Amino acid sequence: MTTREIILARLRAALAPAPAPVEAPREYRRDAPVDLDRLVDRLTDYRAHVHRVAEPAVADTVAAILPAGATVVVPPALPPAWLPATVTARSDDDLDHTTIAAADGVITAAAVAIADTGTVILDGSPDQGRRVLSLLPDLHICVIRTAQVVANVPQALSRLTPHRPLTWISGPSATSDIELNRVEGVHGPRTLHLILLP
Amino acid sequence: MSRTFLGMPTTAPKGVGHLRGAEPFPAAARRALSDAQLRRNLGHATATIRAKSGAVVAEVPDWEQLRAAGSAIKADAMARLPELLEQLEQRVTDAGGVVHWAADANEANAIVVDLVRATGSDRVIKVKSMVTQEIGLNEALEAAGIAPVETDLAELIVQLGEDRPSHILVPAIHRNRAEIREIFLRAMPGVDPGLTDEPAVLAAAARRFLRQTFLSTPVAVSGANFAVAETGTLAVVESEGNGRMCLTLPRTLITVMGVEKVVPTWRDLEVFLQLLPRASTGERMNPYTSMWTGVSPGDGPQEFHLVLLDNGRSAVLADEVGRQALHCIRCSACLNVCPVYERTGGHAYGSVYPGPIGAVLSPQLTGVADNASLPYASSLCGACYDACPVKINIPELLVHLRDQAPHPRGESAAMAAAAYAMDHPALYAAAQRATRLSRLTGRRGRGLPPPLSGWTADRDLPEPPAQTFRQWWASR
Repeated sequence: MTTREIILARLRAALAPAPAPVEAPREYRRDAPVDLDRLVDRLTDYRAHVHRVAEPAVADTVAAILPAGATVVVPPALPPAWLPATVTARSDDDLDHTTIAAADGVITAAAVAIADTGTVILDGSPDQGRRVLSLLPDLHICVIRTAQVVANVPQALSRLTPHRPLTWISGPSATSDIELNRVEGVHGPRTLHLILLP
Repeated sequence: MSRTFLGMPTTAPKGVGHLRGAEPFPAAARRALSDAQLRRNLGHATATIRAKSGAVVAEVPDWEQLRAAGSAIKADAMARLPELLEQLEQRVTDAGGVVHWAADANEANAIVVDLVRATGSDRVIKVKSMVTQEIGLNEALEAAGIAPVETDLAELIVQLGEDRPSHILVPAIHRNRAEIREIFLRAMPGVDPGLTDEPAVLAAAARRFLRQTFLSTPVAVSGANFAVAETGTLAVVESEGNGRMCLTLPRTLITVMGVEKVVPTWRDLEVFLQLLPRASTGERMNPYTSMWTGVSPGDGPQEFHLVLLDNGRSAVLADEVGRQALHCIRCSACLNVCPVYERTGGHAYGSVYPGPIGAVLSPQLTGVADNASLPYASSLCGACYDACPVKINIPELLVHLRDQAPHPRGESAAMAAAAYAMDHPALYAAAQRATRLSRLTGRRGRGLPPPLSGWTADRDLPEPPAQTFRQWWASR
């Protein structure tokens, strides 16, 4: 008998006689209108910075966030129009970890945002890049379109593709480990900017 | 050993891991209660988290519907556990992962040690995980010459302080900021001697200390909050980004999970990702949640191992009442509302699973005889049941387990005598008259001789009334 067979036999023996099947009641909210102000409120509550601008103003917004001469890493398919002339952008062509960690910031798009919880979700698409890209730099600028914002968690899950590597981000890196108070800034980016497009 | 025996539900083995305390709860609790600093730290921390969690739970109008769904999804998962695990194994394998099965702590530790050795690394980075504490993985790695580095801030505080975790979510909850500063100054290599006790400064010190370790360690070990059978997706919920580091940077990722962590469908996550953050850290959403399915070419670890662990879970599953303890999503809400936990802290429970859920989970994983005092570590006030996001009826389980715990023979004899008397009216009336002799027992029963004093050592005997009901009735 392999360990696998032993464990499965133990679990089957534990369940004998087989329990009746359970149908989960799903009476919780699913349909709800998207409230953009709520998204902004939640993100601000986590001390993320929110900028609501039209798409042609993205580059200027980025320029105002990053000092002139800053280096950023960007995923391969990030729209070039989002990048101001004042920063040096390195597109991720398999950059090594040290190079990514040395960048002043990272700029990505996102897949979905959730208004109820103030969450943006990255799914590794070409305009969001590898997970490491948005992890090592200390500052993350994330650009999202209104059409990508959903009201709640159930709506978000139905838009996501499970087999993609997913990163849910709700504010900058934080910890509650010291006296159970939330403190921003541990290992992930300590500063998070969200640029919300119409 | 016969095949039949091998295939029967089995409790967690002795001599490995951290499910059994060195002494019974009352003895450990008495010592904890005399530590005024510990009680202040715990009182402050649990009051903070109760207020935060209460506020964000109150703003969810369908919280009760979510709890009902969470409870039922877990019951469904337990009822179909073997088939769901087989499905999970298939999906993970299809996505490029390797699945291992471990019957107990020893087997899981051996599997992980072998996998780490195969990478050639003498160091692993770890994401906080209850299950690897349960099986004593760090000790097993150290014995094999491999250094485990805890990367969660609270775990780091515990590891540097050569301490034990005392809370499911915040293992260093028993330490305040001044104590944490002292631990860092004493044990963190290269720390700035001008370190203050500002939480943000302490967090920044941990960031500096661990950054190079993250970048240079080729293998990580994690637990899992959820594993989706339908898709093979694993999920880890965290705050600091240390989880993302471990799940993203190394070439090899080893995830150890208890078999009860599996949920049937992708859609089920929509329930738990609403319940868990609000119940645990009191946030609308925790800062980071990572989800991965097997290996993603060119992104993250290119080698993924999933270790599925029994270690007593089959024995818990075998108890029709007790199996609901396996529904636990490790949020620790029950700890934060428990009047007993708030006063004694987590160490008194002996096991890595403290508080109300620990009091029902640990004795079932080990067999009740090995943790016989834990089902009594409660006033049965029921606050844990109200706080539990998946509606585990902890008070019911405590009573159920008290029934299974070994009782002193004297107690059984006294209870049998009482039952007999209550069944015979004349005898009962005589017994009631006899209680007037109770002045012989001393105030609140404190003067009783052994073995009867065993009962009154922890309980007050009620003062007998001046007149029994029967006497009052007869005199009307």
